[in-house]
Formats: sequence, structure tokens, C-alpha cells
Amino acid sequence: MGLKEVVVNGPKVSFEIFGLKVTETVVLSWVVMAVIIGLVLFMTHNMSKTNPSKKQIVAEWIVQTVNGMVKDSMGARNLHYAPYMATIFSFSIFGSLISVLGLRPVTGDFSTTLAWALITFVMIQYAKIKNDGIVGYITGFAKPIALLTPINVISELATPVSMSIRHFGNVASGIVITQLLYYALTSLSTALGLSFPVFTLGIPAVLSVYFDLFTGFMQAFIFTMLTMAYVGSAYPEE
Amino acid sequence: MEKAIVLAASAIGAGLAAIAGIGPGIGEGYAVGKACEAIARQPEQSGAVTRTMFIGCAVAESTGIYGLVIALILMFANPFLGKL
Repeated sequence: MGLKEVVVNGPKVSFEIFGLKVTETVVLSWVVMAVIIGLVLFMTHNMSKTNPSKKQIVAEWIVQTVNGMVKDSMGARNLHYAPYMATIFSFSIFGSLISVLGLRPVTGDFSTTLAWALITFVMIQYAKIKNDGIVGYITGFAKPIALLTPINVISELATPVSMSIRHFGNVASGIVITQLLYYALTSLSTALGLSFPVFTLGIPAVLSVYFDLFTGFMQAFIFTMLTMAYVGSAYPEE
Repeated sequence: MEKAIVLAASAIGAGLAAIAGIGPGIGEGYAVGKACEAIARQPEQSGAVTRTMFIGCAVAESTGIYGLVIALILMFANPFLGKL
């Protein structure tokens, strides 16, 4: 009964197809995608111009908020990035918040956040090439002097690494701290001679408000805002 | 015996890696303090100030997170045990 030792594992392998290992993370990502698609289809179902329902008002508010944020931080000519930003935000927040249900958060796997950060990286490079042209893009690395080229290249490559590690580290530290807390509370109950770990009843729920809800929301917001800032500054408005 | 030494050194290294938390702590404290001053001066800008502060905090936090990731690797996915 209780936890004998602190165990922190990576995502389990759910099943294999043709020797390809499909982990828990991938399966849960599919679930999250299905939930988001279902939610969006539900909210945009039966829309009407004259007599909007409550769910339609919520959907319109979401679209307006995202459009406003993208316009504020990226400029009006980058407004077509808004659907992608909303996608990454909703995927990240649902992926983190499934830990409330006792599932392993999708964002607690480095592969997930690295994939998102690589998409951001490609978008930044595309925006830079679009802004400066292919020659201007390549010579842009040798500015202000040619000696700084390696440092510029490294700082460019560091962007996806730091973004993905930031998101992964925050969520993964939440998993580890929750495990340590359960272990500590269980051994405290055992040390006091209680046959049932009384302390594990309410205390983890209070801390979960910070580690699951606040961190999940904050990291989704920060990842989206940083993507907007980087892409927006690579393709600024004149 | 060798394994014990490697494990002990890894545990000490993980503890040392957590020292990386000091810098972000000081930096974030500065950022939040300045944000409080800014909100006190211009309460109508509190939304924009808070948003900027959170992004700055997240960027300042990343060095601490690097230390944490190294500590986690040393504790749960130790690369040195395979080299014995």
C-alpha cells in the first residue's frame, strides 16, 4: 500500500504497428485532437447571423481575442497566422490539462514540445526569407561583422531548443514534484503509524492547482506569445 | 564499488545543477518588482504590463529549467551508468 519508492518513468509504449512503437503520448495526443475537433465542431454548429446562440457567442469571442492578440503583437499583415496560434494554444493547454484527469500530460514528453518548436523554427526562417529575400537572408547572418557568423547561427538554432525545453521542463517538473509529494505524504502517514495515508487526501489537490492548472495555462500562453513575437519580428510591418 | 561512486557523484551533480535556480529567482523577482512599480504608476496599463512581465519571466526562467533538466537526467536517466 502506498508508494514504496519514487518512480518516474517516461511514457509507456501502448502498442506496436509494424515494429513502430506507439507511445502513450501519441495516443493521448489523438484523444486531445479528437476532443478539440469535437468541441470546435460543436461550437460552430448551427451558426446564425440574426439569432446567435450562447456557444456561438463564445466561439466568436475566442476568434476575436486571438485575432486581436495576433494583430497587436505581429501586425495586421500577419493576421493569417491567427488560426495556427489558436491551434497551438488549444493543443498545448488541453495537452497539459489532461493531467488533471490523472493521465500523463502530452506536453510532458520532449518529443511533443520539440515538434512544436521545430514548426516555429521553420516558420521563423520562412518569414525571414520572405522579408529579406534569399540573398539577404544568408548575408544577414554575417551582420554586423562577418566574425559574428557562428554566434548568429548558434543563436538562431538555440531558439527551438530553449522554447521546447522550457515547456517540457515546466510540465515534467510538475510530474516529478507530484510523485515526490505523494511519496513524502505516504511515508509521513506510515511514520505516524496510520494504516491509511490520510495526508494524501487533500494536500496534492491544492498543489495541483499550481502545478497543473497555472503551469499548463501559463506555458501554453508563453509558447504561443513567443512564437508570435519571433515570427512577427522576422516579418515586421513597414 | 565503481557503481556506488558514480551514483554518489551523479546525486551530488544533480544537487549542484539545482543551484541554477538562484539566477532566475533573482531575475524574476526584479521583473515582478518593476512590474508592480509600473502598475502603481499607470494602473490603466496593468494588462499589457502583466503580459509582458510573464513573457519576461518565462525567458528568464529558461536557464533555471536547463539546470532542472540536467538534474532530472542525472537522477532518472543517468548516462554514466552505461559506461561502466
